[in-house]
Amino acid sequence: MRNISYCEALNEAMAQEMQADPDVFVYGIDVADHKRVFGSTKGLLEKFGPDRCFSTPLSEDAMTGFGLGAAINGLRPIHVHMRVDFMLLAMNQLANMISSYRYMSAGRLEVPMVIRAVVGRGWGQAFQHSKTMHSCFAHMPGLKVVMPTTPRDAKETLVAAIRDDNPVISIEHRWLYDVEDEVPEEVEPTFLGHGRVLKQGCDITVVATSWMNIEALKAAEILAKHGVSVEVIDPVSICPLDEELITDSVTKTGHCIVADNDWVYAGFGAELAAIVSEKCFGTLKSPVARIGFAQTPCPTVRHLEQEFYPNAIDIIETIEQKLDLEETDLSGEDFYSYENKFKGPF
Amino acid sequence: MKTNDTRRELNLELYRMLYLIRTCEETIVEHYFEDEMKTPMHMSMGAEAISVGICQALRPEDHVFGTYRSHALFLAKTGDTDDFFAEMYGKDTSSLKGKGGSMHLCSPDHGFMGASAIVASAIPVAAGCAFANKRANNGKLVAVFFGDGAADEGCFWESLNAACLMKLPILFVCEDNGLAVHTPKSCRRGYSSLVDVVSKFNCIAHEHKTTDAEAIYELTSELIETMKNEQKPGFLRLEYCRYLEHVGVQQDFEAGYRSVEEFEQWYKFDPVALQRKKLQNLGYQTDNIKRLETEIEEGVSRSFSKAKNASFCEVSELYKEVLV
Repeated sequence: MRNISYCEALNEAMAQEMQADPDVFVYGIDVADHKRVFGSTKGLLEKFGPDRCFSTPLSEDAMTGFGLGAAINGLRPIHVHMRVDFMLLAMNQLANMISSYRYMSAGRLEVPMVIRAVVGRGWGQAFQHSKTMHSCFAHMPGLKVVMPTTPRDAKETLVAAIRDDNPVISIEHRWLYDVEDEVPEEVEPTFLGHGRVLKQGCDITVVATSWMNIEALKAAEILAKHGVSVEVIDPVSICPLDEELITDSVTKTGHCIVADNDWVYAGFGAELAAIVSEKCFGTLKSPVARIGFAQTPCPTVRHLEQEFYPNAIDIIETIEQKLDLEETDLSGEDFYSYENKFKGPF
Repeated sequence: MKTNDTRRELNLELYRMLYLIRTCEETIVEHYFEDEMKTPMHMSMGAEAISVGICQALRPEDHVFGTYRSHALFLAKTGDTDDFFAEMYGKDTSSLKGKGGSMHLCSPDHGFMGASAIVASAIPVAAGCAFANKRANNGKLVAVFFGDGAADEGCFWESLNAACLMKLPILFVCEDNGLAVHTPKSCRRGYSSLVDVVSKFNCIAHEHKTTDAEAIYELTSELIETMKNEQKPGFLRLEYCRYLEHVGVQQDFEAGYRSVEEFEQWYKFDPVALQRKKLQNLGYQTDNIKRLETEIEEGVSRSFSKAKNASFCEVSELYKEVLV
């Protein structure tokens, strides 16, 4: 199997599905410009033409309703937003129309639509370019919500989302775009709702979403050197949720930390803590802990932003508390910093 | 030019539908206070000629989208009084099983692709539906109906812009009763003429003030021809008078936000009565008209009773059709 990046995996998923099904089209603000949504829609215009890959007016609200109208009339739209925050302009269409259209029609109309949206972070992205919102979207019946972390899952979930006859929101972290890993050229028929054990362990379960999996894996790698075995689980799909994968793991380890790429309050971590409490109460050795953004808007300036986002060290510290460990020696450890990847200006 | 026979047939058909819709709504008025139709009614009375004239100009395979005030549109497009009353009562016999109600009607088999109770929200959906028709090159037209309050929403302008940019086969129909709920245009608009503004877009925009279904049919038919020839969206603003309160089945002139005098002016040209007179002028015998009316009344009454006596769906239906 060859290694490709997360971004290439997304691109390949769309190209293959567009090739296989002429009803699939991709559209959104700047989808067909020279930058092609960070490269994820590269080559699609050239291969499939402007009828199936096109940029739109800056009308997130109407263009979301537009996708719904195309979907109930035989097409399979992929609507792309360069930031999740921009999608909020279309909340009416998502919450009042798309999520309930099939229900309203008593199943007579289906909405096979995908909405891809990118989460921004760092170098001044701040409070209007950094939201994830998965718990808000997953809160509403009638929407599926996925947020893949690995390149392989990026491809598999996008293929499954395109083939799904329901509206699916796919949330992609911008920092994951350059991550490379093994990705199969041909994706087996797949469906949404499978989580993935990213690292097996037996002492404690960390359920992480999106970028927080990178931090969780780093924490697990460091703690492994100190004899602590951390299991890292990526739910991949927020709705439907692979509950069994998570509860099986917690039943095994007796401890659960949710590291969510979002605010903690009323978030996905709260939902997961409730599920784990309900289903694993007898085996839990400690309360479920939640890690997430500071309960503030995302700031611009770097040192405040560093405080705003949780990281591998926060996860390590929480594990230390839960397992009653000595403070881990982190000297010599190398932590992710975007400055190593990206230097401004934009 | 139409032959006399064709014109007579057309007008008979228009009257049949106008009378059907009026009879259905009068039946609702008569029974609404029994409190069994538990769905907020936004009545079409006074507006019937718009839906009837336009749907007559459309073909059965064309698509329409409506609003929470879509009784007339639903009946004009589907003619299905059984389904209509069953959904008003929320019974198992309705194709929507009571999940839609009066405000969210839908009948895809008849090309009625949905209605929204959020002002302007179905307009972009109609544009996307038109895009799919254009892609399929199937010749189908989409007509999307909305009130004049929709022009206060950004979504209307976004959708109009996108449709004009993409040259979509879509007809925007503004059913203008001068009020957004209870607020007149003078309190809502920073411009004077909607059609003047819309006509600056790359579409063909017309307006008319008439309760004559035939005139609306003719205007729409011509507009559709022009839209096809010029490959542009169309826009129609048609004025009417809402006979009843915003929601509910009563008049509310005592509330003071509009005048009885204005209503009386309009009522002189009530679309149903006007069309009846036209039939007489076209030589239809009163007895024959009455026979048609009785036939319609009996049909409506049958549909109504069927719905009233039907059972509700199983409670398990609650959980169905959320996701595929």
